Amino acid sequence: MEIGAYSFGDTPLNPDGSPRSTAEGIRNLFDAIVAADRAGLDYFGVGEHHTVSMPASSPGALIAAAAAATDRIILGSAASIISTDDPVRVFQQLATADAISGGGRVEITAGRGSSVETFPLFGYDLRDYDTLYAEKLELLMRINGSPTAEVTWSGSVRPAIDNLAVVPRPVNGRLPIWLATGGNAASSARAGRLGLPVSYGIIGGEPHRFAPLAELYRRSAAQAGHTGENIKVSVATLGLVAPTKKEALERFHPGWHNLNVEMGRLRGWPAPDRRQFEAQAQAPGAYYVGDPDDVAERIAHLHGHLGHMRHFLQSDVGGLPHEHLLESIELLATEVKPRVARLLAAK
Amino acid sequence: MVSTIGILGAGRVGSAIARTALTAGYTVHIAGSGPAADIQLIVDIVTPGAVAMTAADAVATADLVILAVPLHKYRSVDPATLAGKIVIDTMNYWQPIDGDLHEFTGDARSSSEVVGDYFPGARLVKTLNHIGYHDLEADARPAGDPERHGLALAGDPETAAVVAEVINRFGFDPVYAGSLAAGAAFEPGSPIFGGRHTARELLIELGPAVAEAA
Repeated sequence: MEIGAYSFGDTPLNPDGSPRSTAEGIRNLFDAIVAADRAGLDYFGVGEHHTVSMPASSPGALIAAAAAATDRIILGSAASIISTDDPVRVFQQLATADAISGGGRVEITAGRGSSVETFPLFGYDLRDYDTLYAEKLELLMRINGSPTAEVTWSGSVRPAIDNLAVVPRPVNGRLPIWLATGGNAASSARAGRLGLPVSYGIIGGEPHRFAPLAELYRRSAAQAGHTGENIKVSVATLGLVAPTKKEALERFHPGWHNLNVEMGRLRGWPAPDRRQFEAQAQAPGAYYVGDPDDVAERIAHLHGHLGHMRHFLQSDVGGLPHEHLLESIELLATEVKPRVARLLAAK
Repeated sequence: MVSTIGILGAGRVGSAIARTALTAGYTVHIAGSGPAADIQLIVDIVTPGAVAMTAADAVATADLVILAVPLHKYRSVDPATLAGKIVIDTMNYWQPIDGDLHEFTGDARSSSEVVGDYFPGARLVKTLNHIGYHDLEADARPAGDPERHGLALAGDPETAAVVAEVINRFGFDPVYAGSLAAGAAFEPGSPIFGGRHTARELLIELGPAVAEAA
């Protein structure tokens, strides 16, 4: 099982709670990716968000920089909001990062995004939400799957491309493209039908309840004739590892609280509730916040339901102190990963 | 007496409601936006026991219809089919998801009253909107359980009484808030929306007029 981390960027906070610079958030994220590579983490996913508190708006740029500064870690967008971006540009940026990485370490995860802030930012109409996503995903796959540099495509959401080169080409021919979903059944069926690996973002509830979706994904893939190693599942959740469970809870809670206050203001939720936090941070909840034993056991347990091959955690939300992120990454790589491997081998 | 529930929307909300309704012993007919075959595999795996149908068939065969589409797509439902039907409106206006929809931002009424204008003759009840789809299945409890949560309802009293029994069988205490206009008290931004309350706590949040009538 691959173990990883992901981030939307986390703008640090001053002691009075006011935000420091968004540039500092980006620099911290870059440093965290380099540290993850040194520690032996398998995967790091980046962005895309466009808010002051979460400033990782440009996964391609960050991943290109990280590709130059790392040796082993797999780097991916998590996710690229392709509905409101140009798939040609997304592909070119990540293929450039792939070239810099030496090849085979860069992936694209395509998603719609859980909020719609990119629609006004880039001048798209929310009424085209479904068409934009479907057509742009198809274009991205067309570019990536092209046996030559020249690509031909036509659709309704973007000018047609008539036998034009889209370069650079990935070192290994193609980039892995994942489809990200938060649990909509139709998205799982779509990923299976298209033969894409699926990445579940599970931000609440009980993660093992995604088991029918993973089954739907695999059956949809089989029905469409897709088999082999591209049919696989990854899982992204909130979480933080610390030497003890108590420390992990104390470290993660303030940022979680800040995040939920901000989300609540936007979405009309009530003030976040500490009891709800505590419940979600225990099995069968969705927050993988704990000591290495606790987090490893819960990842291995979820594997029994979903059969996922990669589990990655978002820790830096709401102004998490940077040193806590770095320690969590270190523990994920050196303590959680071997424990998960042992637990799965013993099954 | 409701025995067959038709659900419009096979997304996260519609699927969670379908499983809850199946557990409660109802016959469940569920529809997406297209032909039944489009959602057949989804229904077989994600809501086993439910029957995939077109929207028109799901409505025609149901004693009670549940609207579980994103609010910005509510006009995709044919209003003629809902005339005379008991309909639960689970939808909310959520700017971060729906974008700026002037018909809701420019109207002070509850979103269900705006939706109701588009469905003349439908017997609309607003409920199931202030609980997250994650929580619907996890929080269902048998009647009398001290931890049982309450769910608020707004609509005409006679129709709301029919829906209240469904909510009860789903595993929640129904709390009648008043006419459709009263539904504003449990929309996004209210203390009730997204919170967890027992029936008694809901009554307190809804205010003295509702508590007295209860």
